[in-house]
Amino acid sequence: MTDYFRGRRLVYGLILFFITLSGFAQMPVFARYYISDIPGLGWLAQFYVTHAMHYIMAALLLVLGSYAAMDAVLGRKLPAAWQNRVNKGRLTATGWVKVLSLAGLMVTGCVMVVKNLSGIYFPHLLIIFLDLLHLALCMILMGATLYAGIRKRPWIAV
Amino acid sequence: MRSPVSRRQFLKSTVFAAGAAVVGTGPAVAGPGTEEEPVATLIDISRCIGCEECVYACKDANARKFPEPEKPFPTMYPSRVPVEDWSDQRDVTDRLTPYNWLYIQYATGIKDGEEITLTIPRRCMHCQNPPCVKLCPWGAAKQEPSGLSRIDSQLCLGGSKCKDVCPWDIPQRQTGVGLYLDILPAFAGNGVMYKCDRCYDRLEKGEQPACIQACPEQVQVIGRRSEIIALAKERAQQMNGHIYGLEENGGTHTLYVSPVPFDQLTYDTGKGKPHLKPVTDTMADGSNLALALVIAPVAGAAAALGKFYNRIKEEA
Repeated sequence: MTDYFRGRRLVYGLILFFITLSGFAQMPVFARYYISDIPGLGWLAQFYVTHAMHYIMAALLLVLGSYAAMDAVLGRKLPAAWQNRVNKGRLTATGWVKVLSLAGLMVTGCVMVVKNLSGIYFPHLLIIFLDLLHLALCMILMGATLYAGIRKRPWIAV
Repeated sequence: MRSPVSRRQFLKSTVFAAGAAVVGTGPAVAGPGTEEEPVATLIDISRCIGCEECVYACKDANARKFPEPEKPFPTMYPSRVPVEDWSDQRDVTDRLTPYNWLYIQYATGIKDGEEITLTIPRRCMHCQNPPCVKLCPWGAAKQEPSGLSRIDSQLCLGGSKCKDVCPWDIPQRQTGVGLYLDILPAFAGNGVMYKCDRCYDRLEKGEQPACIQACPEQVQVIGRRSEIIALAKERAQQMNGHIYGLEENGGTHTLYVSPVPFDQLTYDTGKGKPHLKPVTDTMADGSNLALALVIAPVAGAAAALGKFYNRIKEEA
């Protein structure tokens, strides 16, 4: 793996860590279980701080996601000798699970951002469905990431 | 006193809102001048005599919604999780509780050089963009196109996030009741949060909220928000007074008009006793950051396009 892809993976890992942390912080659990009492983690119990952080991380994830997707598509248009071998590969099964759950998280997340704007009313059942689906997709992504990490399954088979 | 909206207009707007909420017709944007313009209430403090008719009318009208907790309460872990039990203090009326969604706050201020005492009916402000609703992690709180926000006691787990994000700490918790008892009562949840729901069920039937109907002094008026704002400004001008709720937390559907500036009032505040200080829009950061989410994918795609273009240029 080149330094370029290693760097991209590091950025993705950092975003994933902080977006998941700030996402779970939307539930009132960190104060209850003393986690926000740990020096330096007090912000985890401040809902407006974690809410803003979740939005910022979501924006960074969208930047990275659209960049990676566009880079993969355009990369295949380059002359064969110039193409990166990662771009020539195919997504593995865990890669597909991660891509699809990430896409689902982005879609449900963006819909919930719209829901949070002033003057927007969504049907109550739709809001509950979005909340639960967003959480379920997060659990699927975490599971797939953990599995891929332990079993050393890459995103792309080259 | 003449209402700023006719009974027919009022019924039309509330029935339409109730219908939209029940049917679930998809996202709807409420804006001034539309059929779905939210309904607001004006509380004219200068008229209130502190008789508490509204308080008891609220208790009577909403008694069937009050919690009936199961005792003994399940032991909760860790030990810091507070048990909040108001079931043996149901008669408390000098603050907000799960059994008292409206109370009379006493305040003093100076008017024309003389100290006067004011009595202020206090309940949920029903924000235009309510953080209690928008930030509830389970969707247990809901806002209706009519502008009211309420908590579904069948879904609420009592985590109290709604109270933490409310600038006025309005919702109040009762332990030992609700959905959490059926999940993991020892480790997650702590009851149900309760607050004024502006008598949504009465509104659906075309009736006024109990507190408004019971008031002998017509302290409160209900109507479309734009008309309520116009009335509030008219009253404020007449009494050389001040309005609370126009800008607070981005604007609320409960507005107050007072003969004394709100920042010059002295009143008892604390747990269950909300303040009357200026409040900035707590949801503003989220709304501003939403723009970043629109720009983000475009920026990412543009960066990839730039990289591709440079490679092609190098090749040429």
